[in-house]
Amino acid sequence: MSDLRGMFVDTSICTGCKACQVACKEWNEMAPGVPLPMEDEAAVREHRAFTGNSYDNTSHLSATNWRHVKFIEQIGPDPRSSDRSDPRWLMMSDSCKHCVQAGCLEVCPTGALYRTEFGSVDIHQDVCIGCRYCVGACPFGVIAFNNRTGRVNKCILCQDRLEIGMGTACAKACPTSSLVFGTVSELQSMASDRVKLLHSRGQTDAYIYGWDLGNSGKITAGPNKGAAVKDVEVVGGLNVFYLLLDKPEVYGLPAHASLPQRNFVPSAGVALISAAVLGVTGLAAFRRRRMDENAADQGGSNAN
Amino acid sequence: MDLQNSDAIVFMGSNMAECHPVGFKWPMKAKAKGATLIHVDPRFTRTSAMCDQYVPIRSGTDIAFLGGLVNYILTNKKYFEEYVLSFTNAATLINAGFKDTEENEGFFSGYNPQTRAYDRTTWQYQTTKAPERVPEPPAGGTGQQKEGQETPNLAAPVPGTVKGVNFAALIANRLPGVPLQDKTLTDPNTVFQLLKKHYARYTPEMVEKICGTPRELFIKVADTLIANSGRDKTSAFVYAVGWTQHTTGVQLIRTAGLVQLLLGNIGRPGGGIMALRGHASIQGSTDIASLYNIYPGYLNVPDASKTHDTLLNYILTETQPTSFWSNTPAYVISQLKAWFGDNATADNDYFYDTLPKLTADHSHLPVMVEMSQGKIEGMILTGQNPATSLNSKFQRTAMTKLKWLVVLDFYETESAVFWKNTPDIAAADVQTEVFFLPAAHIAEKDGSMTQTQRTIQYHKKASDPPGDARSDLFFWYDLGLRLKKLYAAGRPGAKNLDGIKNMTLDYAPDATEVAEWVHKDEPSALKIFKEINGYDYKTKVPLNSFANLQADGSTACGAWIYTGMLQNVNGQIVNRGEMLPGKNDGWVSPNWGWAWPANRHQLYNRASADPKGAPWSDKKKYTYWDAAAKTWKNDPGDGIDFTATKDPSTPANPNGIGVAFHDGASPFLLKKDGKGWLFAYEGLSDGPLPTHYEPWESPVKNLLYKQDRNPIAKFYDVPGNKYNEYAGSQFPTVITTYRLTEHHLSGVMTRWLPWLAELMPELFIEISPEFAKEKTIANGDYVRVISERGVTEARALVTKRLRPLMVNGQTLHQVGMPWHWGYQGIATGDIVNNITSFVADPNVSIHEGKAFTCRIEKGRAQA
Repeated sequence: MSDLRGMFVDTSICTGCKACQVACKEWNEMAPGVPLPMEDEAAVREHRAFTGNSYDNTSHLSATNWRHVKFIEQIGPDPRSSDRSDPRWLMMSDSCKHCVQAGCLEVCPTGALYRTEFGSVDIHQDVCIGCRYCVGACPFGVIAFNNRTGRVNKCILCQDRLEIGMGTACAKACPTSSLVFGTVSELQSMASDRVKLLHSRGQTDAYIYGWDLGNSGKITAGPNKGAAVKDVEVVGGLNVFYLLLDKPEVYGLPAHASLPQRNFVPSAGVALISAAVLGVTGLAAFRRRRMDENAADQGGSNAN
Repeated sequence: MDLQNSDAIVFMGSNMAECHPVGFKWPMKAKAKGATLIHVDPRFTRTSAMCDQYVPIRSGTDIAFLGGLVNYILTNKKYFEEYVLSFTNAATLINAGFKDTEENEGFFSGYNPQTRAYDRTTWQYQTTKAPERVPEPPAGGTGQQKEGQETPNLAAPVPGTVKGVNFAALIANRLPGVPLQDKTLTDPNTVFQLLKKHYARYTPEMVEKICGTPRELFIKVADTLIANSGRDKTSAFVYAVGWTQHTTGVQLIRTAGLVQLLLGNIGRPGGGIMALRGHASIQGSTDIASLYNIYPGYLNVPDASKTHDTLLNYILTETQPTSFWSNTPAYVISQLKAWFGDNATADNDYFYDTLPKLTADHSHLPVMVEMSQGKIEGMILTGQNPATSLNSKFQRTAMTKLKWLVVLDFYETESAVFWKNTPDIAAADVQTEVFFLPAAHIAEKDGSMTQTQRTIQYHKKASDPPGDARSDLFFWYDLGLRLKKLYAAGRPGAKNLDGIKNMTLDYAPDATEVAEWVHKDEPSALKIFKEINGYDYKTKVPLNSFANLQADGSTACGAWIYTGMLQNVNGQIVNRGEMLPGKNDGWVSPNWGWAWPANRHQLYNRASADPKGAPWSDKKKYTYWDAAAKTWKNDPGDGIDFTATKDPSTPANPNGIGVAFHDGASPFLLKKDGKGWLFAYEGLSDGPLPTHYEPWESPVKNLLYKQDRNPIAKFYDVPGNKYNEYAGSQFPTVITTYRLTEHHLSGVMTRWLPWLAELMPELFIEISPEFAKEKTIANGDYVRVISERGVTEARALVTKRLRPLMVNGQTLHQVGMPWHWGYQGIATGDIVNNITSFVADPNVSIHEGKAFTCRIEKGRAQA
């Protein structure tokens, strides 16, 4: 479908400025940190916290952090040694990936989570019953329960902006075009060109996470130096996908993402087989008992 | 924007990705095109993460590093010879009496230890004999003479005024001799030979010893720059306050100037030295006089210690006969006419005598020192937060000596409540009367902003300010009107009131301008804009060019550099500062805002062509001489920063006034000889060649000279400003301070905003794991950072992005602290400036906040 919308996140030019985080919160009118009324300065002050984890004081995606910039310091091959050769500081702006096979959407019992006309996954807040099935069904830990509203939240690809022909707020705010909004097919070709360019310059770390565009390379620095990487398509493709410079696990992304419910068919099969076996055994046992009883009866009668 | 054309970019003294994140898109474009990006910095930052090379350095040793580059370029003969010979003063001969720091243990000739100042006599050029001066009458002459007229007419003065004065004749009478040159560059008195001698000991080994930079990394930087300079390629330097805030700040930037002149990287696309300004319109605020010693348009404020007693003497002192500044009389008089209006005439010297004259350095630090001594009654703060500024306890205490304080700001800043919320001040003891006036934000007022590329943008307000908040313009305009009213009938004991009485201040808005505004008495920003631009005094029509300004009172102009931002096109006034959206006019974007002067984006762009006027290469073609059309051309649409029809083969004219004195191959038209100065014989108080001195507070001795520190740095030996022991064991750690993307300066625009506050909620100190282990400090622990001035408490952020350096064979630890916090707002934290001191560069009085010493202890400041 040519009108699918998504984003390409080129982590190789992300400067970690967090403008995307702020733009997201501003556009979507989200309170800082845990859900608090913003006017309550004392409460906000109470919430603030220095994590000591590089420049990341957001920690993870949540009901009020739909976007989160991760900071990964790789100053030298081994964090425990004083070797500082080939230093890298990886940054990645993370959010909902708007999966082609969206686990959250599939398990939603009420249809609150739905596929939009742009191919993204939005939430009808008034239909959500807060059952949280979707929370466990997301392979990326994106969707989160909102204690204040009793419903779930995540990035909705700025559905309201898309409806009036605009792009996402985060991409609009990105100063280096690390976040680019567009049609998925255009973004894929942009991503492919970008990986090829980096490879041609000798930066062979780059590959695409989300779609298999056929690229492969080798990591040039950090603890995984020398490891092979190649494009990876996860859960049928991601409409918001990434150019990464190290293994997915380094960014906290699953190398082999899968949907829990995909285990349903095999497990259902096992269950059916077990049930069948149990049933057959049961029947057999029942029959045997009957036969024993019959035998006993007969024996009895015989005995009689 | 020009950075996108660079083949290599060195970020040094700048953390551009973090502190100028939006502009950083241009270096990223260059990188996408294959440019090499280099970051030289004490810390591995978000900028380093984007660069191809990260090069560690000890804070405050940049001149040693850059001087090392100069030496490397000269020793290996990698300079751009044709550029250097024609466009710089390399071949110029210096006075034979000049002595270098090499011969003088770290001092140049002319040093006077009693006054701690240099006499610059021996730094001067050797010249031909100056033309004989015609005897001048004591004050002026009659008859208006055209520029270029050969015989000065200096008869019949009108005593005491500039009435009838022929400035052109007086200037012609002051023409100096022509500088002598040795184009073979072999004479020992040539700038080139002096430069070689001065930097001979700045070897890669010495750089490693002083800066702690591994020599192979240093050599890689040098080789990258050399490989990416020349006819086909250009390299740029990018700096910010990491270079300025040192006791050697001005010389430090000059050293980069030397590198760029030697490599031929000035005045060419993708070249240059990019000064990233710290605030949104700090370029504009330097242009329009927020500095105590500069009037709008970089005209010097009258100074009691110079020959500035009368307007004529001021003009004659300030006018340079052989540079573009030969036009000074028109700029000065038009400015006075703009300020004082109808009654300002040649008969009364345009009220020049009513201007106060400087008697000393009245910059921030000495003013606060005077305040601490009870010599200052009141202060008005707009967008300034001294309570969290340098040696902040000293400044807070000084403020208690004020009788009154006015604070205009968005929020109740630390300075607005210094008297009640400060831990070290008891509210009951403070007698200062404090007025807090809420200020309108940028989107709540009309105005303009000049960004780092000198491009001005005019903006209209988006909404009315909340409550009582008003614009800064309104405050100053209203204050001016009230003063005028107060003094209208004279005041007992008040003298010299003509200036105040005649202030034009005619900014009352037209009804249409304020039709949709809540406040109907806001002054018209557009009228102020027009005054800055300049206009014909009689017709009031804006002028298109500073070439139209006159020295006879017929034109008025607030700041000559901005003339032309309003354009009179066929009777229609076009505001070039207003954005013209959707205009796709190439990478120079001449229609996107307006760059002073005269919409010239690349300064000295005549240097982008060779001495004969041809582009240095097709790839770097920019401004060039079109011999057929007999004019200079610039295809991307930039303004020509040169006399538009001056043939490149024009010989120098010893009788020419202003730029006519220069030959056709002298691009640097603001310089008296039209050349780029490798050797600065004037303009700097601490030497003609940049020299490595240690920071005022340093744990190590100067390895190059017996003289450790800049001998004429400005220091303040006053109570409360004690310096850490130099090169002692008490304060062994080097510390630098900086900003983060998430906050702005002292945090007044960010720490009150929850969305930003949560991103960087607390003050921290970055330390290396090696140093943390030595001090048994774990990540997240509280530490005390101590200097002679005070203590700051912060959380430890232990990271390998900082590293111990080997300095002269010894391990030296460096730490760094962002300084955004204070005790007001949402994200509160201790004030880093509790530990900084008052010590400053001798040329521009900027403090040394980027390199000093401290002691780190584990634990909280107060148990």
